[in-house]
Amino acid sequence: MAYTPSAELVGRVEKGETFAVARLISRAEAGVPEARAAIGEIYRKAGRAHVVGITGVPGSGKSTLVGVLVKKLRATGATIAVVAIDPSSPYSGGSILGDRIRMADVALDPGVFIRSMATRGAVGGMAHAALDVVDILDVAGFDWIVLETVGVGQDEVEIAHASHTTVVVSAPGLGDEVQAIKAGILEIADIHVVSKCDRSDANRTLTDLKMMLKEAMPGDSGWRPPVVGVSALNDQGLDTLLEAAARHRKALDGPAGERRRRHIAAFRLAKTAETLVLERLKPLMATCSADAAQKLSARHSDPYSEADRLVGEFTGENDHD
Amino acid sequence: MAQPIRVLLAKVGLDGHDRGVKVVARTLRDAGMDVVYSGLHRSPEEVVTAAVQEDVDVLGVSLLSGVQMTVFPKIFALLKEKGVEDMVVVAGGVMPDDDVVELKKMGVAEVMLQDTPPNAIVETLTRLVTERGAR
Repeated sequence: MAYTPSAELVGRVEKGETFAVARLISRAEAGVPEARAAIGEIYRKAGRAHVVGITGVPGSGKSTLVGVLVKKLRATGATIAVVAIDPSSPYSGGSILGDRIRMADVALDPGVFIRSMATRGAVGGMAHAALDVVDILDVAGFDWIVLETVGVGQDEVEIAHASHTTVVVSAPGLGDEVQAIKAGILEIADIHVVSKCDRSDANRTLTDLKMMLKEAMPGDSGWRPPVVGVSALNDQGLDTLLEAAARHRKALDGPAGERRRRHIAAFRLAKTAETLVLERLKPLMATCSADAAQKLSARHSDPYSEADRLVGEFTGENDHD
Repeated sequence: MAQPIRVLLAKVGLDGHDRGVKVVARTLRDAGMDVVYSGLHRSPEEVVTAAVQEDVDVLGVSLLSGVQMTVFPKIFALLKEKGVEDMVVVAGGVMPDDDVVELKKMGVAEVMLQDTPPNAIVETLTRLVTERGAR
């Protein structure tokens, strides 16, 4: 079968051709060296779409929320791409990606594109190539891109450095007000959503979050995160949520938006550099680590000394000893 | 490091038996593959749309309802319509031997019946994707 060069795919992505979009995403995810220049070109062309990050604990209803939101957004005529991230097994490296199941209602809509990704060892709630994937979908012409993280714990906050609007989903019944004032994931929300508001204990969660926000200092953008109760079951609160997202998108038109975009770019640079460093460090680790591990397990050395030596090997500093 | 093989496992039509496909999903996951599961009662259109968007290496359709001779021609026609030429399509489940012969003529790369051991499924998919080569 003929291999379509990535450079050729870029033009086809711009025309919104599904096959080309899907294939270039695969190559970005696989880190194919041949595709790197094409993905660089994609980055330069991107920047039109509004990226909404959706995060929350496992089972809080993120995928269900995404499903109903996409339907509502589509009704306005906008096109939407969804990137849904699920965890890879720490043992086999494999994964089961099941977020699509909850988005069946919109699956056949040509204005909707859904792609599942596995974390493949990335921490922070995202997958390594997720941001490249967002750019590809942006260039393909989607108006909104919804980036759904894996179910996260309390401090996987990377999504906030990658999206224009960050939505944190809390489910009722998962903790008291002490959970709400802890540092971490709740701090990154531009919009708070309390899901499953058809349940009677949802009011308590709504109140806890509102109290927490009342005590918080306003951010430099002047934006105060609203708390929206939703129920996908009863179609409750979804319009309010969309309206809040649209308001936040508008609030980013000015200097606050420029600051946000620069922040996202800086994060992107740091992440990419990290990836490149790791890529070069890994083969070195493979050759040096068995020896070092033996010394460490026998307590003949310590982790700092060995890591220092390894990094020195990498940077060439050891040569000057 | 080799990339995980991407697989879409799909259930089509009025077939509510998903124990088998879920066991296969777990087996493939434990063999290091990324498995997208479609959920029950999908149409051929939904399955192919998902397979193309997810750009899977392998599309596996599980059938225990006897509709294979209707479903697979539709799937191949849709893949062709969407310009996908390099997807490996396999079938799994319970079906008559005559159908297996016909399905292979149609382009189904392998049919894995009810008595296929889990590791044989892993080996078959790995072999088929290796034979296909880089894409």
